[in-house]
Amino acid sequence: MEKFTHIISTAVPLPMEDVDTDQIIPARFLKATTREGFGKNLFRDWRYKADGSPKADFVLNNQTYSGKILVAGKNFGCGSSREHAAWSLTDYGFKVVVSSFFADIFRGNALNNGLLPVQVSPEFLHEMFTAIEHDPQVKFIVSLEHQTIAIAGTEREEQFDIDPFRKVCMINGYDDIDFLLSLKGEIEEFERVREGEKSGILI
Amino acid sequence: MSKTLFDKIWNAHVVKSVEGGMDVLYIDRHFIHEVTSPQAFDGLRQRNIPVFRTEKTVATADHNVPTINQHLPINDPLGRFQVEKLTENCAEFGVDLYGLGHRWQGIVHVIGPELGITQPGMTIVCGDSHTSTHGAFGTIAFGIGTSQVEQVLASQCLLLKRPKRMRITVDGELAEGVVSKDIILYIISKLSAAGGTGYFVEYAGGAIRSLSMEARMTICNMSIEMGARGGLIAPDETTFEYVRGREFAPQGTDFEAAVAKWRTLFSDPDAMFDKEYHYRAEDIAPMITYGTNPGMGVPVDEAIPTAPMPGDSLASFEKSLGYMGFAAGENLLGKPIHHVFIGSCTNSRIEDLRLAAKFVQGKQKAAHVTAMIVPGSKQVEQQAKAEGLDQIFIAAGFEFREPGCSACLGMNEDKVPAGEYCVSTSNRNFEGRQGPGARTILASPLTAVAAAVAGEIVDVRAVMN
Repeated sequence: MEKFTHIISTAVPLPMEDVDTDQIIPARFLKATTREGFGKNLFRDWRYKADGSPKADFVLNNQTYSGKILVAGKNFGCGSSREHAAWSLTDYGFKVVVSSFFADIFRGNALNNGLLPVQVSPEFLHEMFTAIEHDPQVKFIVSLEHQTIAIAGTEREEQFDIDPFRKVCMINGYDDIDFLLSLKGEIEEFERVREGEKSGILI
Repeated sequence: MSKTLFDKIWNAHVVKSVEGGMDVLYIDRHFIHEVTSPQAFDGLRQRNIPVFRTEKTVATADHNVPTINQHLPINDPLGRFQVEKLTENCAEFGVDLYGLGHRWQGIVHVIGPELGITQPGMTIVCGDSHTSTHGAFGTIAFGIGTSQVEQVLASQCLLLKRPKRMRITVDGELAEGVVSKDIILYIISKLSAAGGTGYFVEYAGGAIRSLSMEARMTICNMSIEMGARGGLIAPDETTFEYVRGREFAPQGTDFEAAVAKWRTLFSDPDAMFDKEYHYRAEDIAPMITYGTNPGMGVPVDEAIPTAPMPGDSLASFEKSLGYMGFAAGENLLGKPIHHVFIGSCTNSRIEDLRLAAKFVQGKQKAAHVTAMIVPGSKQVEQQAKAEGLDQIFIAAGFEFREPGCSACLGMNEDKVPAGEYCVSTSNRNFEGRQGPGARTILASPLTAVAAAVAGEIVDVRAVMN
């Protein structure tokens, strides 16, 4: 996994609530067997018409907005567990998603792919949308180390939460799997103890 | 100290706790399917490691498969490749696969319970958010991403933060025409599509206890639609009788010993929950959804709200209604519909098919409606045929298909055309879920079959015999 420490970037606003993973990447594009190439179909049905031509009113087709940060309304990433949602966002070039609320499975999938979910207060989210509306070139400074997100050129800054373990993993680019594989002996011991309790019954 | 059912099961599966409040949780059963597993197997290959516990891993092909002519090669080359990849991966890594052509093939959350693989007290995961279905047996069951699929294949464990606990109690008796799907759509309409995020839900109360296992599965299945990672119901005699004698269930004295342990699986009377909700079954009517997330539901005879739910923006509410072609304050009774889909991991089991067949027997679907029954598994399909249900459906003008996820998510050919309305027994009414531009109205099998006959949204209570 790629390391993440901090980022300074403009942002793309998507002020909708309950953006579900079927919007992020529709099911018909889940037939690939690799992790690459999902970015071209990110937000496919909001971004393109049925004939494949771009929808001018969708934010990813508006050259005014760009950047490595996506700012979205509450309950971002709800719905299906498809990790393809995180893959399509990173493949497109996003490094950070900001919302006032993330769906659980999406949040986990993002963290496992070096995509930082930054949960801010509804008030700060509103300020971010307002700042982008006022000046699409406004930059945001996200520091994972300090767990802060700031609006550049202002004194507006907010702290965000992240599990300490996840933070270390993101900063160092560690995967959970390396850690779990290192526990093999303890996992086997757990299995032996449990089987000794009563064979065939799994509680 | 008093414990919730959730904590009893969780605690019994903690291999170790890690600094910072995470637990390494042992997983008893891992279901895999063709869509979310290929990248995980690639990861194992890159690390040159095996599947750690093949005997705890079971695979099936369901998301991509066609529901007609399953004996022929899959037409869609990408879908075919993905299904073939699953077959190759299972052969290479030694995982049991009940794929196309197998007598146990079916939707992963239908076959686990019907084969007795799902048993009380287990931890169960799958790369699919509706894994919460298995919670109906008193299990901790939840959906995971592909990186986690790889972790479980590699170590039979996951690194997790313990969620908060919520209890939803439904007491009283359901009215005629109201079924378990209506209970869960009602709950989600009250709590919203995000109301359960961060929680694991226990469903309790007399109205839940009185449900069959299949009806309980429908409720637990949709826990994720309010954001909860999973939902579970304490096992009882109904659960034990369902599991007894199934293919992979403990047999003979082992079964009796298992039941003795399963009887300890309940929340202690004074166990504390982080959040509690209470509802009355008598307050629940047949439900339908009007918007583009499952929280946007109303009793079938009530009008669409005139304003968004608290915390939702007017822009999102209007976008949603605009997509559906509905107006705020509109009553949907009498609204013409084009398609009816009875299937998916929510409502494709034999009881769902019996309920629909009983209503439709001797009736005809409306001429302008396409109606499709997709059984959840080969075993459900065979049972339906043995009972003659397929003939009842065919006589009424319905299509009776072969098992798979089908039009729930439109990964195969079973799609709803843009702009058309589908009354669906599935679990998600997201934009484009059933095909680009498709408009989904979620409902119970009973409300769906009544809509197929009437050709419009009807209150099933008014048209039952």
